[in-house]
Amino acid sequence: MIDVNVSLFRWPTRRLPDDDTKLLVRRLRANGITQAWAGSFEGLLHNDLTGVNDRLAAECIEQGEEILVPFGTINPMLPDWEGDLLRCTDHHRMPGIRLHPDFHRYSLDSEAIQRVFALASEKQLIVQLALRMEDVRTSSSVFSLAEVDTAPLAKTVEKFPQLQLVVLNWSRDLRGPAFGDLAQLKNVCFDIATLESAGGVGKLIQEVPYQQVLLGSHAPFFYHVAAMLKLRESELGEFITTAIAGGNAARLLAGN
Amino acid sequence: MIWDLHCHFTGLEGRTPDERMANLIEYADRMGVDKVTIFMGIRHSLDPTPEVFRRENDEVMQALSHWHDRAFGFAYVNPNYPDESVAEMDRMIADGPMVGIKLWVACRCSDPKLDAIVTHAAKLKAVIFQHTWYKTRGNLPGESTPEDLVVLAKRFPEITFICGHSGGNWELGIRAIRRHPNIMLGTGGFDPTAGMMEMAVRELGADRIIYGSDAGGRSFASQLAKVQGADIDNAAKKMILGRNYQRLLQPILNDKVQK
Ligand SMILES: [Zn+2]
Repeated sequence: MIDVNVSLFRWPTRRLPDDDTKLLVRRLRANGITQAWAGSFEGLLHNDLTGVNDRLAAECIEQGEEILVPFGTINPMLPDWEGDLLRCTDHHRMPGIRLHPDFHRYSLDSEAIQRVFALASEKQLIVQLALRMEDVRTSSSVFSLAEVDTAPLAKTVEKFPQLQLVVLNWSRDLRGPAFGDLAQLKNVCFDIATLESAGGVGKLIQEVPYQQVLLGSHAPFFYHVAAMLKLRESELGEFITTAIAGGNAARLLAGN
Repeated sequence: MIWDLHCHFTGLEGRTPDERMANLIEYADRMGVDKVTIFMGIRHSLDPTPEVFRRENDEVMQALSHWHDRAFGFAYVNPNYPDESVAEMDRMIADGPMVGIKLWVACRCSDPKLDAIVTHAAKLKAVIFQHTWYKTRGNLPGESTPEDLVVLAKRFPEITFICGHSGGNWELGIRAIRRHPNIMLGTGGFDPTAGMMEMAVRELGADRIIYGSDAGGRSFASQLAKVQGADIDNAAKKMILGRNYQRLLQPILNDKVQK
């Protein structure tokens, strides 16, 4: 199984039971995960993202037991973010990058995000867009985070037909037409980490083709088993469960 | 054995309470949840008049009628109408099948308007569930924090209260209640943030924690994960998932059997 939404290192305001990479890998393996796409909590607040991504790449090699795949953090509000992106691709050979528009404060129709989408498309990178990391009702007032306005996202993505976009932690923010329009685009996938409602995955695949739904846990910030249990809560059948739990992500990684 | 403290009709498919209840039980079955507790109607009302909370409770009664072996009900009452709330508790609990009360966001629970309601609940041996949150950007005007619940619990040290949602921001909620042994922690209705259950067991002890989901708005999966995914021992998990709630309900269930 492939978990497309994990993060390494320390959450800024709390120690987490699995914020040591060895422990996280042990947990993932115990729950049947054979590959996990890893971002970095350091990427939320650090400005030296080159260093952040170097540490992430090294940690995945040294502690990842060949299941961790690094997704470097890109902040398009920083000078020469392009340098970071090129280092992710050309030096670290990462298959994708992760964006945090809430922490880094840009809108989903900004010039900034469009430049990232353009360069990522050219470089054939998977772009993970994490709409949030935490319920804003509980996030530290130090961050003064607000919900990201998702209304313009579908229109922005439409301009980049070659883009491979994976939206993470989206379910509180993407609703109604903003979700519906985005779900129409075949090059957009959605993880299930923040998906709620009884039988949420079963309901989701009535609104978006199952081929666009990916197992993501948001571990170690969330208990990893939450995402695993969601696959059981809905009556999905083996074929669709297998696709969501890994087949779709494997296809994405293979680039088709 | 898994008993769920906290469910609603919201977030479920179905036009009627009966249809939604059948759906809820189907998901409960898939997740190994033996019993659910349901409160409030298909449409929630922040500050319901007596007419509205009676109608909401009637919906729960209707749903319970086919599921006595699988479901408990709590009566939704409003401290802004103390007399009518007490009368509703007689209708739903003393003379009906319900076993607890739900207090939501109409009035902060530190208010003396709650006194008649909680003393009557204690007389009926009914479970008292109080919604609580600490919202970074501010609570609703009538929305309680765990500290409001502490004010109430100190007035009635012999009565047990449940701190719903663990205060949402559980690092604060657990701290607020830890030195007040007549407050138990309800774990449903916030994200499955790792470390929550470990801190709760460390600060409160496993015997003060009760699993609940807040399904159908929340998923059973994400909320069960807080217990099943926590680094706590199996005895603690059993207590949190059902034994503690069973112990709390035992007096009123015994009374109902005798009737
Ligand atoms: Zn609730």
